[in-house]
Amino acid sequence: MVVAAFTWTEFAQQLAAGIREGAIYAGLALAIVIIYRSTRVINFAQGEMATFTTFIAWSLMNHGLSFWTAFPIVLAIAFTGGVAIERIVIRPVEDAPVLTIVIVTLGLALLLNGLTSVIWGGANRQFHGPFSTRTIDVAGVPVSVQDIGIVLVSIGLVAVLALFFRFTKVGLALRAAAVNPDSSRLVGIRVGWTFALGWGIAAVLGAVAGMMIAPVVFLDPNMMQTILLYAFAAAVLGGLDSPLGAVVGGILLGVTITLLGRYVGFLGSTLKLPAALMLIFIVLLVRPSGLFGRVAVRRV
Amino acid sequence: MSLLELHGVEARYGPVKALHGVSLQVADGEMVAVLGANGAGKTTTLRAISGTVRRSGEVVFAGKKLSRRPDSTARAGIAHVPEGRGTFGELSVWENLRLGAYTRRVNLKQEAQRVYKFFPRLEERRDQQAGTLSGGEQQMLALGRAMMARPKLLLLDEPSLGLAPIVVGQIFAVLERMKSDEGISVLVVEQNASLALAHAARAYVLEVGNVVVEGTSDELRANEAVRKSYLGY
Repeated sequence: MVVAAFTWTEFAQQLAAGIREGAIYAGLALAIVIIYRSTRVINFAQGEMATFTTFIAWSLMNHGLSFWTAFPIVLAIAFTGGVAIERIVIRPVEDAPVLTIVIVTLGLALLLNGLTSVIWGGANRQFHGPFSTRTIDVAGVPVSVQDIGIVLVSIGLVAVLALFFRFTKVGLALRAAAVNPDSSRLVGIRVGWTFALGWGIAAVLGAVAGMMIAPVVFLDPNMMQTILLYAFAAAVLGGLDSPLGAVVGGILLGVTITLLGRYVGFLGSTLKLPAALMLIFIVLLVRPSGLFGRVAVRRV
Repeated sequence: MSLLELHGVEARYGPVKALHGVSLQVADGEMVAVLGANGAGKTTTLRAISGTVRRSGEVVFAGKKLSRRPDSTARAGIAHVPEGRGTFGELSVWENLRLGAYTRRVNLKQEAQRVYKFFPRLEERRDQQAGTLSGGEQQMLALGRAMMARPKLLLLDEPSLGLAPIVVGQIFAVLERMKSDEGISVLVVEQNASLALAHAARAYVLEVGNVVVEGTSDELRANEAVRKSYLGY
């Protein structure tokens, strides 16, 4: 076993890299949780939706738009696309058994993946992100501006969503419809539309994750597949029902994987994924509903 | 003038028919009770009105044919407090009240003050998760949430179920005030027939999905069969 020489500076660097990884997982995990909470559906197309919208961003930038001009346009397209997918593809099978809907989302993933390849080709593409890759000194630790940017954008997005769900009428309606659709209808909420809105929000989260990670990993039609796997793991770790859990789970997973890969010599980059999943498995043995999974408080 | 009219309303759960052509009326500002044994179709009658069960037949509300979608009936001015109260257990008391006014653009704090006047307990419990309230408090919350909608018609399913008599008394006192102060019509389903007849102006008795007796509360109390079956004396 090779034991790497340990320095605190390097540890802090690895930690920063882990948090950046985790921020991406957290965004995608949050998208999965938002859809799961309202419709009990695991959206397997989440990754391909993100890739597709990232390619749209790439095209816009290829036509001369700057990243920050393309960014809101892509978010709008993602939102509209997410709502449309729910209305057109998911709605007709809404009352079908969950397995049917899962298969539909798998089909959707394949469809979007194929569509991406047809439109943009299968090759790797360089995606120029908004942040510089040079490093700056943060309390004696060199951290890349890109990593800081990715984390800040993710935090910002999560904060905006948290405020939206907590303080706006529509956000409250989304939460209400997710926990109790029948009562929601009785207060006048159009529950079907809240589901569509949830898909729209999830698509936006995916688009942001895609545009943040593409500069790090190169853009290709299968870019999000491994990341989606990590995001699923993060969502389950946090508790599939809990938005906070998704975010915490994502960061924890990113940090764990990065540190395992670096410091547990025999794991390296090939075994760090199974090792991380093993850890999650152990956590779930102790807490089957995840770290933040709902423990219902009810008095009758 | 009738606020609500049902003409030959039928409803079914899958192959089982629960209502066989129910007709009834509720006038503006009137409290009407629906009595009957378990399984007579009382709850289904309310659900047929609010659209939470599939129905056929005609329902006219405020002079217009009523939609069969629950979100639309809510928007039309009908507040249905269902069996089990239908509060959002995972949301706070305040959030439940906010949801009550979902279809209206109003000053939420002011509207909530109106509810707190009827149910001071809800103000004390404002930030508490609704699922942790006692049964009586949950019933207050369910009513308070309905009040936030300023409905024309309140559909109430078994408001006394599982509650201590003193709480039941409070709740019916509030209903009386809502009726007199705000002119709300109430259609209430009750197991406790003497309680219902004490507050309602008129009542309908259901048996296996049909209206078998109707009349004013005084008439029903004088009716031999009703007295024996539902009032127990």
